[in-house]
Amino acid sequence: MTTTQTPPVIPATHEPLLAVARSVAGEDGVTVSVFRDNVRFHVVPGKVLAVLKNLRSECGLDMLIDLSAADYLNYPGAANRYGIWYVLESVSSGLRVIVKTWANDPEPRLDSIFDVWRGADWMEREVFDMFGVVFDGHPDLRRILMPDEFVAHPMRKDYPLRGEGERHNFLALSREQS
Amino acid sequence: MGLTLADAIASPEIADRECQWTLNFGPQHPATHTTLRLILNLDGEVILKATPDIGFLHSGFEKLGEHLDFNQYVTIVDRMNYVSPVANEIAWHHSVETLLDIELTPRCKMIRVIFGELMRIHDHLLACGAAALDLGAFTAFLYAFNQRELINDINEWASGQRFHPSYTRVGGLQRDVDDAWINRVRSFLKGFLPAHADICRLLNRNRIFIDRCRGIGVLTREEAINRSVTGPVARASGVVRDLRKNRPYLAYDAIDFNVVCAQEGDCLARYLVRMEEMLESHKIISWAIEHLPGGPVNSDVEERMVLPNQLSVYRSIEGLIHHFELNMSNRKWKPPVEEVYASTESPNGELGFYIVSNGGPEAWRARTRPPSFIHFALFPHLAEGHTVSDVAAILGSLNIIAAELDR
Repeated sequence: MTTTQTPPVIPATHEPLLAVARSVAGEDGVTVSVFRDNVRFHVVPGKVLAVLKNLRSECGLDMLIDLSAADYLNYPGAANRYGIWYVLESVSSGLRVIVKTWANDPEPRLDSIFDVWRGADWMEREVFDMFGVVFDGHPDLRRILMPDEFVAHPMRKDYPLRGEGERHNFLALSREQS
Repeated sequence: MGLTLADAIASPEIADRECQWTLNFGPQHPATHTTLRLILNLDGEVILKATPDIGFLHSGFEKLGEHLDFNQYVTIVDRMNYVSPVANEIAWHHSVETLLDIELTPRCKMIRVIFGELMRIHDHLLACGAAALDLGAFTAFLYAFNQRELINDINEWASGQRFHPSYTRVGGLQRDVDDAWINRVRSFLKGFLPAHADICRLLNRNRIFIDRCRGIGVLTREEAINRSVTGPVARASGVVRDLRKNRPYLAYDAIDFNVVCAQEGDCLARYLVRMEEMLESHKIISWAIEHLPGGPVNSDVEERMVLPNQLSVYRSIEGLIHHFELNMSNRKWKPPVEEVYASTESPNGELGFYIVSNGGPEAWRARTRPPSFIHFALFPHLAEGHTVSDVAAILGSLNIIAAELDR
């Protein structure tokens, strides 16, 4: 989400990765930003599955370290509401890259990477539970931390920290019914 | 959360098998230690399908992280993996310091290394002790907890709290350690090796323990990488990956130690890797405590990132202003409007924090990469095909901490 005018300096180790990503998503499909030791590829949502697949098969980025999301509602300079990141690493060389993409209301959707990394299973379920981003192709996309009856997505910025609670949404069982 | 018992029974892939039945394991069960639930579909004693059901301890830690500032949130981070609290604090402030670009002082780095390794021993003692306890070896558990008590004392001496020390601060520590603390660490180190040898003697050739661990819950190297497994669980499957070596942080690049690995990937390998890692941690602490640099523990106060000490607050106007600036809710830190992922090797695996900052003193998003969460997703893969009695062995070897699992 930087607004820097000068193009970022990409470390030489990440040049081949960028070439692979651009060969899949096109020149305009990938933008790069660098902050501290983090190198980020911002990939358009439609191409992210293909980019991740190729980064795994061709560049040896064999481990999905982290997958999560943030809600950028009213964030300074943000164009999209949800940002989703994939932290990838190569076990043998230790090379690390962060692939970022985005989704928007009213129906935030992305392709699931369940078939690329099994480790994405619960991480995608958590993002779905907390932010309501739907991952197409995930075989078992249920809530994971919140109960099934829960209706909201609590990590969204428009969900308050304090409030009335959700007790009214739960069915009250009497002794006779139980 | 999810599958009801009725759903599980009606599941098509197992509905037509005879003799199958469903067992509800947890949320309150001695072998789960905390609150997690498993729905086991069984054929006799053999597990056909295991469905974990989590979220009982979900308490919105990450949401709180968006409303507490970088120093306040450390008290919440403590309570994630409460078995190795300072390791979480180090990970959290490592990310914050990466965001703010703060360079720590050599003394602070070394004290954090010592605490990080003490916490590794702390965590592994519980993991190994409780794993043995679940398999019926009670004595080893008591020996392990005896040593853990001494580490709690060390925490208390440094910070005033035994269990949730909240010891680190942005750019430094709550307070410096004194000679008495150093002597405590030294005497712990002296007593630890005989205790470790005792535990080894109790378990390493214990026929029952080994028979219940060997070949149980095997995780191959490929599956470990595919399923994002890190830490001792991955190293027991032959994944040579330790962030202390791969991406050295704090003072680890100056310290000589070995990365412990095994090939088998079963419960026994995970136990042995943890036992051996404790000896490596012992080696690191023994070296670090004798090479503790002098100087301040807090990094450059001029940059107004680190809380000043009490003396300068009370005796100088600069100190007072500085203290004011870092404590008033409309001032505090001004990080760049950026985001950063940084991680450390916690006892349980890679513990990372992805911080999104909007330029304010609180994180916009404080994502935790919790190793327990990722390791518990493994459970069905490891347990299916084994018997009910192996559930305790597999859970013990994964060292699932439910507070970190659910956050």
